[in-house]
Amino acid sequence: MKDIEYAAPRSLDEAAAILNERGSRARPLAGGTDIIVQVREGCRDIDILVDVKKIPELSAVQFNRDEGLTLGAAVPCYQIYNNAEVAQAYPGLIDAAILIGAAQIQGRASFGGNLCNASPAADTICPLIVHSAVCSIYGPDGSRAVPVEEFCSAPGQTVLKQGEFLVSIALPPPKPSAAGRYLRFIPRNEMDIAVAGAAAYVELENGMIGSARVALAAVAPTPLFVAEIGERLAGQDITDETLREAGEIARAAARPIDDMRGTVEHRKELCAVLTRRALKGAIERAQENA
Amino acid sequence: MAADKQYRVVGTRPIRHDGVDKVTGEARYGADIHLPGMLHGKVLRSPHAHARILRIDTSKAEAHPDVKAVITGVDLPQVADKVQDLGEMVVNLKDESNRILATGKVLYEGHPVAALAAADPHTAEEALKLIDVEYEPLQPVLDVRKAMEPDAPILNPNQRTSGIGAGDGKPSNLARHFRHERGDIERGFAEADAVIEREFITSMIHQGYIELQNGTAHITPDGRLTIWCSSQGAFSIRDQVANICNIPLSMIKVVPMEIGGGFGGKTGVYLEPLAALLAKKSRKPVKMTMTRAEVLTATGPTSGSYIKCKIGAKKDGTLTAAHVELYYEAGAFPGSPVGAASGTCLAPFKLDNVRIDGYDIVVNKPKTGAYRAPGATNAAFATEGVVSELADQIGMDPIEFRQKNAVQQGDRRADGPLFSKIGHVETLEATAESPHWNEPLEPSSDPAKKRGRGVASGFWFNGAGAATASISVFADGTVSLIEGSADIGGHRASCAMIAAEVLCLNAEDVKPQVGDTDSIGYTSVTGGSSATHKTGWATHEAALKVKAEVVNRAAKMLEVDPDEIEYHDDATLSAASKPDAKLTFAQVAARANSTGGPIVGEAGLSTGGAGNAFGTTIVDVEVDVETGKVDILRCTTVQDVGKAIHPSYVEGQMQGGAVQGIGWALSEEYVYSGEGRLLNASLLDYRMPTTLDAPLIETIMVEVANPAHPYGVRGVGEVPIVPPVAAIAEAIYNATGVRMYQAPMNPAYVLSRIQGKA
Repeated sequence: MKDIEYAAPRSLDEAAAILNERGSRARPLAGGTDIIVQVREGCRDIDILVDVKKIPELSAVQFNRDEGLTLGAAVPCYQIYNNAEVAQAYPGLIDAAILIGAAQIQGRASFGGNLCNASPAADTICPLIVHSAVCSIYGPDGSRAVPVEEFCSAPGQTVLKQGEFLVSIALPPPKPSAAGRYLRFIPRNEMDIAVAGAAAYVELENGMIGSARVALAAVAPTPLFVAEIGERLAGQDITDETLREAGEIARAAARPIDDMRGTVEHRKELCAVLTRRALKGAIERAQENA
Repeated sequence: MAADKQYRVVGTRPIRHDGVDKVTGEARYGADIHLPGMLHGKVLRSPHAHARILRIDTSKAEAHPDVKAVITGVDLPQVADKVQDLGEMVVNLKDESNRILATGKVLYEGHPVAALAAADPHTAEEALKLIDVEYEPLQPVLDVRKAMEPDAPILNPNQRTSGIGAGDGKPSNLARHFRHERGDIERGFAEADAVIEREFITSMIHQGYIELQNGTAHITPDGRLTIWCSSQGAFSIRDQVANICNIPLSMIKVVPMEIGGGFGGKTGVYLEPLAALLAKKSRKPVKMTMTRAEVLTATGPTSGSYIKCKIGAKKDGTLTAAHVELYYEAGAFPGSPVGAASGTCLAPFKLDNVRIDGYDIVVNKPKTGAYRAPGATNAAFATEGVVSELADQIGMDPIEFRQKNAVQQGDRRADGPLFSKIGHVETLEATAESPHWNEPLEPSSDPAKKRGRGVASGFWFNGAGAATASISVFADGTVSLIEGSADIGGHRASCAMIAAEVLCLNAEDVKPQVGDTDSIGYTSVTGGSSATHKTGWATHEAALKVKAEVVNRAAKMLEVDPDEIEYHDDATLSAASKPDAKLTFAQVAARANSTGGPIVGEAGLSTGGAGNAFGTTIVDVEVDVETGKVDILRCTTVQDVGKAIHPSYVEGQMQGGAVQGIGWALSEEYVYSGEGRLLNASLLDYRMPTTLDAPLIETIMVEVANPAHPYGVRGVGEVPIVPPVAAIAEAIYNATGVRMYQAPMNPAYVLSRIQGKA
């Protein structure tokens, strides 16, 4: 491994300046659980790591029940699941926060880093998508907002332009009779990357499904938001058949590949099963949250 | 001695002597070596699975100011085409030399092509990019069946098949075909009421030790070479380096460091000869350590295999005939464990009509190494699987079926030898009577989760061999024990307990350590489950010598004839004629220098009579029939352990073997691309079980003493990995009604079987 530089800017503008100047030779560093491994193993060739943890906006967690949650891009998982109010308001996010790595990794790894790493198998992106989360981006031209489902453009690639970086992720306020659920399928019970994953968010109205959002992990070049499931489920009764249909839509929407983690056939099958189970889990939580 | 003999120390559970060092980080492993002026070596490895090396240009690397030495295959001395026994594996030295550094062709991804040493590891790693290698890629061969096809690309054009089928003179990837045959299998199958024939496939898998391979070499100006490394046998490492580097063995000292797991995988050399050559060239100490990716791609995993198995049985459960064909991946050079597979696969069964064909086949994958009961688990998956299917078909309880056919002392093993005293029948009886087998498995409340229980047995030969132990008495009445076996499984504690037993001391009064190759006599590798047998025995003999000398000294001190001395269980000595003058061991020890000099006892022996091991595993699984995921709910390992010197470490071996078997059954596999590149060369994607994937393994120790050993010891480390794969397959069948013919039984495979697609 060659020597690389390290910078630790203390403001948004300082960070944007370094990132803009060094372009693709620079990479932001949050928890480092992906980037350090990538650099060390020669998967990514860069000259400078720009540590963003000293920028206040990136390390803040702001939550109230009226305005929702703003999650600094560098906030590690443990701070999220240890925040009782956040955990209670967004159990679908906690599902992801507690299954990334083990305790040591959760002490460093952030949702923002997971999002910017832009793996199709990322565990946090699908839960963010179904919670209608929006990315706040800062760069040489100032701020802009992008819905999470539009943030990843290809495996390992995002819509961030030269000099831009992720500042925070905003989630709408929690609603009554609504909840999310994320399920990941791995062959083991820990320490693994999703063969497939499904996140679901459901808002109930009068005992029926008012609206629903489903997103799938590891079955397309980017985390896959399946809008069609929401369209099909809106206004439907909660029945096994409805959930089964949602699963079939997920199966049809999935565009997985064969690799060492799974086969096309198995992943499509998992999409159907996980979508059904995640919806069921979200509905049960929403009913408890009535 | 019988297993029911009463001991003071043997059979108790003292805290292991190396325990505090290990849990506090004081223990020194290979990577902890730092020498003044030390360089760091790195290996340039082939990116191709099969290619001709057209040209290697090291000039740019050699010109780098921080690079102190560069070596390629031409720097290795020419070695003879001769065979060396590594304890569990027999290797050809020419192949070994070629494996250490390729010449002419590369035969697997990760095959070393060059190595260099530089001031620090990062510079060394970067400098590898300065070595220019031109390859002519060749079609790789990755499957044993394809490797045997007439038009298959040939790895080694000089290789001809030996054994059956030898003599057609054509180059072949089939290195050896052998057969064990007895009786008349055609007649046997004709007498059967049920005959089942199945095919099984298993993937190449790795031992998965946590500590990465390492080696540090230093050569003094007078040519004496010292190597520090973690291995399963310092003497074996010394001898391999001597042969490969053409250095007299007396010029080499190997210092054994603590070892972070071996499981068979640390019997062969990888970095040590390279570090020695780089040290020689640079005149500096050179340290080398592998990365995890290097360990997975380029050390010695165990064979993937294709196995055909046909077995017949009568309605009453009597087995009538068996034919097993074992096709094993050797990796890039001949020497798969197919021989051991042939000796183990039908060992639990009394059979008069049997034929076993073994095929040792080279493929473009790393040369396989030993892994815990090498070859036996693959083969038992097939034979035990067919036996379970037969029991099911004729409607007999699977344990009863195995009991009906179980071998005992005097029976002939399928591949020839007669069994001496063994405990298979006792183990099956303990299984049938176990709490696990007799408690019903409750169904899951979730309709997607199906539960089932399976059982299977396994066999391992066990080993014996050459060993040395040396005991010196300290003036304070405790003793030092130096022994030659690398301690991978806790036998250091067992040997200390044996010394304490003989000398009537406490286990804590013995300070055991593993000596280097200049400080203790030759001791063969810690493999084949031999260490407690052979080194324990050597310790016993050494302790008897010390005891005799202590008696002599006590006699001198009491001024009586040694024959009059009584050595008591509390380590006191007395003479009947001097009833008031009782001596303690410590008093004798304190006076040693004035009663004749230091008291030492040493024994070197070559033990025989290893005493075979049988084990049976019961396992409960829960299968998610919608995803194909299998969870292990409960697992019990029952095993004839001969005599458990330190029961905790025996149980630990049984549990460890079971967990590795669980990984083999469910999640571990080498995934290769069509070009022969290993796609999952990390512990993220090479999936060993985590603590959440295995329940606490229950153990039942059956003690049928090995009459050939002073304490009745049988090796215990290997047999527990043999039955689990077959037992889990049977449990999945009992949960889902679908038979498994592939390992790993990963979720994709299990689901496709449930859905009837594979």
